[in-house]
Amino acid sequence: MTQPKLELSNITKIFYPHTVNERIALKSFSLTLHEGDFVTIIGSNGAGKSTLLNVISGVYRPEAGTMRLDDRDVTRLTDYQRARYISRVFQDPMAGTAPHMTIEQNLAMALARGLRRGLRRGVSRAKRERFREELSALELGLEDRLGVRVGMLSGGQRQALSLLMATFSKPEILLLDEHTAALDPQRAALVTRLTAEEVSRHGLTALMVTHNMEQALQLGNRLIMMHEGEIIFEIDAEAKAAATVPDLLAEFGKVRGAAEALSDRTLLG
Amino acid sequence: MIVALDLGLVFAVMALGVYISFRILDFADLTVDGSFTTGAATTAALIVAGVDPWLATLASVGVGLVAGSITGLLHAKGGINPLLAGILTQIALYSINLRIMGRANVPLLRADTILSPMRDAELLGTPVSVLVFLGFAIVLTALLVWLLSTDLGLSMQATGDNEAMIRSLGVNTDAMKIFGLALSNGLVALCGALIAQYQGFADIGMGIGLIVAGLASVIIGQAIFGQRTVLVAAGAVVVGSVIYRLVIQLALTVGFNPNDMKLISAVLVVIALLLPQWDVVRRVKARRQERLDKLTVPYEEPEVATTGEEAQR
Repeated sequence: MTQPKLELSNITKIFYPHTVNERIALKSFSLTLHEGDFVTIIGSNGAGKSTLLNVISGVYRPEAGTMRLDDRDVTRLTDYQRARYISRVFQDPMAGTAPHMTIEQNLAMALARGLRRGLRRGVSRAKRERFREELSALELGLEDRLGVRVGMLSGGQRQALSLLMATFSKPEILLLDEHTAALDPQRAALVTRLTAEEVSRHGLTALMVTHNMEQALQLGNRLIMMHEGEIIFEIDAEAKAAATVPDLLAEFGKVRGAAEALSDRTLLG
Repeated sequence: MIVALDLGLVFAVMALGVYISFRILDFADLTVDGSFTTGAATTAALIVAGVDPWLATLASVGVGLVAGSITGLLHAKGGINPLLAGILTQIALYSINLRIMGRANVPLLRADTILSPMRDAELLGTPVSVLVFLGFAIVLTALLVWLLSTDLGLSMQATGDNEAMIRSLGVNTDAMKIFGLALSNGLVALCGALIAQYQGFADIGMGIGLIVAGLASVIIGQAIFGQRTVLVAAGAVVVGSVIYRLVIQLALTVGFNPNDMKLISAVLVVIALLLPQWDVVRRVKARRQERLDKLTVPYEEPEVATTGEEAQR
């Protein structure tokens, strides 16, 4: 295979080091993603899944380890410097958009991801045409509401918009942090479908954290299971296609304590 | 009354500065009380020293930019709470202002200022000066609206609206806050410079409580005209500033003691803040919003979970 897209080596993240509350969130964690990989991550609460995404996006600085992106060492870059390469959809539908700004303004800001922001017009006519096109692909009717404030949209619409904002500028890496968890089942299904479409349309390399095992099996070509800051189980595309939810539950069962930590929602999910 | 119009339009410059910090960046910046006086002091001291009044006015803008950056640095880099960062700069500026002026009051009455041509022609406080100041306020408003519509301006708006989001899109929000606060205080200092030349002196106490006048302009204006777009919001601030000065003038005319003006200002702001929360007003507003939505929105999902948030702001 070609050179890795994203390479995490021996990443260790400790919260509250040297105190009684010290907690190791990631234990010498290593993971390699190749171009076009779409990895889904499952694991019980506190397994370090969200910490992992926060370390990759640069929000948290790890205590040890390195991160390489396309053979560049990006370990020391801040979150806003990494934003040029890495985009993200948050769990909270409110988190990924600016509520008091319009749909087209939000899209314009996303289009300028990681670029120098100067005194050019934020929303030009050409950009507006492009936004209309991109939005119509969502089939939510948002293309006719470019001037509406994002705060007026429902959670599902906002999350679909966040997803579009994270993907249409073609990031090197896409991070999805339980981005369907706060939505009702119908909207969650919609956003899941859009996720698959957008990732394959742009050929993105992606990492998705989820609590929903069915979704974890449905999307992506690799799956990893985390527990206490480590990968405890990993399957590739072939095995993943054959795997079922009971298989995953059985794997969870092997880890003492992990099974009890699973919430009802996960089992039903 | 015409003088109140003059003052309202000149103070609108300061109100636009407060609009940037208070509304755009969501940062209650108390530097204003200090940087206003700094602007006035710088201009007055330079004019008395024989510097060209236009250069002197420009210099106070520069000093205001620096004052704002200091508050921005204290907050963004030092992690100091916004209110405290503003107060610290404000208090420090008090001493600096005294240093700049050398004493507590610098008269400018016989000096040549940028307003001298109008003063000599006895045009201050006439419809002519109102038109001149109105033109100036319109130009500044247009510049601000343009700036906020650029890529840079959108990032600045988003910094106040959803910081985590715009950071994840690659904007250094610390730099954005410092820039915004600098700009805001640059405008405030410019206003101080203009007021000093208008009234013919700079005084160490002229900035006291001014943040309340600025907030009053922003809140009153936007309570009346709303803030659907940046243009409406910024225009509302200018009108709000004029209304505020007219109300103060009116209070003086009906015989209130000038010493009570700060109290009246504070009460005005409280009323403007509380009134929109009042049930009746809220219902009227909601109905108006509903009608607007019907006009502008051809498609609406059955469940709209987040509209409440819009009404609260």
